Amino acid sequence: MKKYILDMQVKGVERPHERYVLLRLTHSEPLPEMVPGQFVEVRVDGSSTTFLRRPISIHYVDKEANELWLLIQTIGDGTRRLAQLHEGDMLNLVLPLGNGFTMPQSPSERILLIGGGVGTAPLLYMGKLMKDMGAEPTFLLGARSKADLLQLDRFRSLGRVFVTTEDGSEGEKGFVTQHSILSQEHFDRISTCGPKPMMMAVARYAKQAGIECEASLENMMACGLGACLCCVENTKEGHLCVCKEGPVFNTNRLMWE
Amino acid sequence: MADLSTNIGALQLKNPVMTASGTFGYGLEFADFVNLEDIGGIIVKGTTLNPRQGNAYPRMAETPSGMLNCVGLQNKGVDYFCEHIYPQIKDIQTNMIVNVSGSCPEDYAECAARVDALDNIPAIELNISCPNVRQGGMAFGVTPEGAASVVKAVREAYHKTLIVKLSPNVTSITDIARAVEAEGADSVSLINTLMGMAVDAEKRRKVLSIGTGGLSGACVKPVALRMVYQVSKAVNIPVVGLGGIMNATDAIEFMLCGASAVEIGTANFIDPAITVKVAQGINDYLDRHGYKSVKDIIGALEE
Repeated sequence: MKKYILDMQVKGVERPHERYVLLRLTHSEPLPEMVPGQFVEVRVDGSSTTFLRRPISIHYVDKEANELWLLIQTIGDGTRRLAQLHEGDMLNLVLPLGNGFTMPQSPSERILLIGGGVGTAPLLYMGKLMKDMGAEPTFLLGARSKADLLQLDRFRSLGRVFVTTEDGSEGEKGFVTQHSILSQEHFDRISTCGPKPMMMAVARYAKQAGIECEASLENMMACGLGACLCCVENTKEGHLCVCKEGPVFNTNRLMWE
Repeated sequence: MADLSTNIGALQLKNPVMTASGTFGYGLEFADFVNLEDIGGIIVKGTTLNPRQGNAYPRMAETPSGMLNCVGLQNKGVDYFCEHIYPQIKDIQTNMIVNVSGSCPEDYAECAARVDALDNIPAIELNISCPNVRQGGMAFGVTPEGAASVVKAVREAYHKTLIVKLSPNVTSITDIARAVEAEGADSVSLINTLMGMAVDAEKRRKVLSIGTGGLSGACVKPVALRMVYQVSKAVNIPVVGLGGIMNATDAIEFMLCGASAVEIGTANFIDPAITVKVAQGINDYLDRHGYKSVKDIIGALEE
């Protein structure tokens, strides 16, 4: 897929949580094709400690409104700057980068989308495209607490949503891999994004259950283009760039056992 | 429109902007953003005689106005390059230059000899200064004798333009520049990255897998400018300047300090189209100051 450097305009800012900001960006031209699981590299201006772009996964693409949504967790000074943007501000992005999740081959294919924390971000766009093709996405979303569950209404508008929280304040208490849906229903494949320990647990479950599993990694990146070789993951094929060969990998390729 | 062409020995460049090894892949990774043929030279990834897995993750730490890396020369080896990469890049109409590294003079020479056989690779850049490889690499680059021994071995095996990339992690970079000039180097490029370290105070841990890494980015420019200035006074061969170039003004500063050409490295990560913007910016500067040729500003610093 051809990559672009675009100056995009902030069309809306939502704050679903004290540590998260949702930026809705638009562009004067129609946005290029983007696949769920791909990411963008955002340039951060005005931060003395932020030198490199910030890799952010594609949360949602609204084709009709020509909008790209980014769900950003504020961690350091760079992401804090992004959280301070206002409607009308401009943002420079390189996109779309990396490879996305495998989409269902037919509407009857049953895919479980498992997300944790900010890792739920790319699953919204995937769920949207699945719904568009007539498949019903099933989401299994995990968080520490009820307040940390993001975008639940939007997920619910696309498909079935199951939830776990570590403190039991919403859905089933525990981790996503302990949710009862896993023993009640059969899925053909799992797509997961979230903290690495969660994804590793999901991958172990998938292997035991004999289900294909794809996980989206977020190793520290510099270029995002496969040039600097900084973000490598040690795989069965050696060191591979997460930015170019991933960020989505079939977990069978990884050294997670 | 000024004349942007410049030379590195016998090597002719359509403009003085090249890409620094390890920051621009094989060029192909950036083909969506720039016309590769608008770049004066593309120096591809560090290539070694045998494949290398490089160092473990994490390999990168962001720093104020820069970054540290300890990639450790991950590459699939020179034979893979010749068979699989070279066919994809050989028809790009600019100088495609291979950065050659090794762990002993014999390996450097053998790797260089195999690249010598490729018709459309007019030059190599010899990396005697990688800070991230334990055996060899920078070990050669930190003494005049070590640097001379590698350049001597390669010069016998390699017959086209030979650029030697120098380490800044030395007491006297001019002594090393003179030593490689004496062994027949056609040019020196400098600086490679500065050895540094990053610490995570919360976890009380080193950030990088091998503890140390090479610092690059805007923060290293003053050090690089000083060294380019000193080396260009010390040798008679052309100097290629690099280290923290983020825009055309930075590049012009290096040329005023004596560089015949420049390399852009880490800035490619922040703006994948920066190379052609710098070339354009140099042209605008020349026009604005009434220079007809970029060669007029090489070493033109008023003393």
